[in-house]
Amino acid sequence: MDKQSTLGDFESTLKRHAQELVERLEQGKFGEAVQLIHELNQTRDRGLYQEVGKLTRELHSAIVDFNIDPSIPQAEEVSQITDASERLSYVVRLTDAAANRTMDLVEQSTPVLGGLADDAASLSKDWQRFMRREASADEFRELVKRVDGFLTRSETESRQVSAHLNDILLAQDYQDLTGQVIKRVTQMVTEVERNLLKLVLMASQVDRFAGIEHDHQQLRDEKDKEKHPTRGEGPQIHADKREDVVSGQDDVDDLLSSLGF
Amino acid sequence: MKILIVDDFSTMRRIIKNLLRDLGFTNTSEADDGVTALPMLQSGAFDFLVTDWNMPGMSGIDLLRQVRADDRLKTLPVLMVTAEAKREQIIEAAQAGVNGYVVKPFTAQVLKEKIEKIFERVNS
Repeated sequence: MDKQSTLGDFESTLKRHAQELVERLEQGKFGEAVQLIHELNQTRDRGLYQEVGKLTRELHSAIVDFNIDPSIPQAEEVSQITDASERLSYVVRLTDAAANRTMDLVEQSTPVLGGLADDAASLSKDWQRFMRREASADEFRELVKRVDGFLTRSETESRQVSAHLNDILLAQDYQDLTGQVIKRVTQMVTEVERNLLKLVLMASQVDRFAGIEHDHQQLRDEKDKEKHPTRGEGPQIHADKREDVVSGQDDVDDLLSSLGF
Repeated sequence: MKILIVDDFSTMRRIIKNLLRDLGFTNTSEADDGVTALPMLQSGAFDFLVTDWNMPGMSGIDLLRQVRADDRLKTLPVLMVTAEAKREQIIEAAQAGVNGYVVKPFTAQVLKEKIEKIFERVNS
């Protein structure tokens, strides 16, 4: 790669010139020594300009790839990131609607089933009385009417609950739609990461020519500070593979009882 | 028994509300984070607090600390129902004075057990 050879050229020129520089200085040839320093500077500048040029070109193509046009004021509205945010908001909207629809139907069905169960229990009690021949003729006529009403009611209301269950089933169609959207967003994030990585590699070449060093430890410390547990992290995705994370309610209970709870 | 449910997601509040109603607790109120919940607790004569951890505004752990620091609220039973599952977080909540800790996703049975256990302790 020419990137490597530019840097290789620079480094070998640096080594060669450094030795010559020492020799010239020891020989007292200061004019030639200054000339060598000048050449070194030129090689370094040339490499630096080349790398900055490459970085600028990459940055430009990355901007094109991200579909961000910096010349228009509403640039953020057309970026892929905004598109992804909108897609994810759609997922939130859809899952929210499905959850609420499901809960609506459950809340409508529960009292219907409860009412049927109560009626059946009360009828069953009176039916037992009749079986034990404890019911009078009038009570029996009353019971027959109630049984008749109950049978009609249980038929229509069972169908109603059935229809609700079917609607609950249909409300799960969000999984298909949100799954597709999330897959697309995942693809986009991967692509953005690849482009960013390319830029970072380019920038690191510039760093080497310019002799810039980063304090990685400090950067990591700053990042760790942001991850303070008080802030909350949300659901753990790989709970079963991590030692510092509980994998379920049983683990929580064990931990709490070990603390004297 | 007056219960305050604090969670930033309305669906989760609704789930907890429904489960509590099944357990016979019908007098519930809702708040979407600690900032809204704290004044409700201070003026509302609540008997029990169910809170999430990760919320915008004031988080559940900060709400718990505020509750424990308030003379009128410091004995209020608090159940944390949260997706936060790091061991250090559970220890942190225990040290802050939580009465129970349920990790999401949870079952109706687990919620029932924890609530019953808390009241057993409070009443004994």
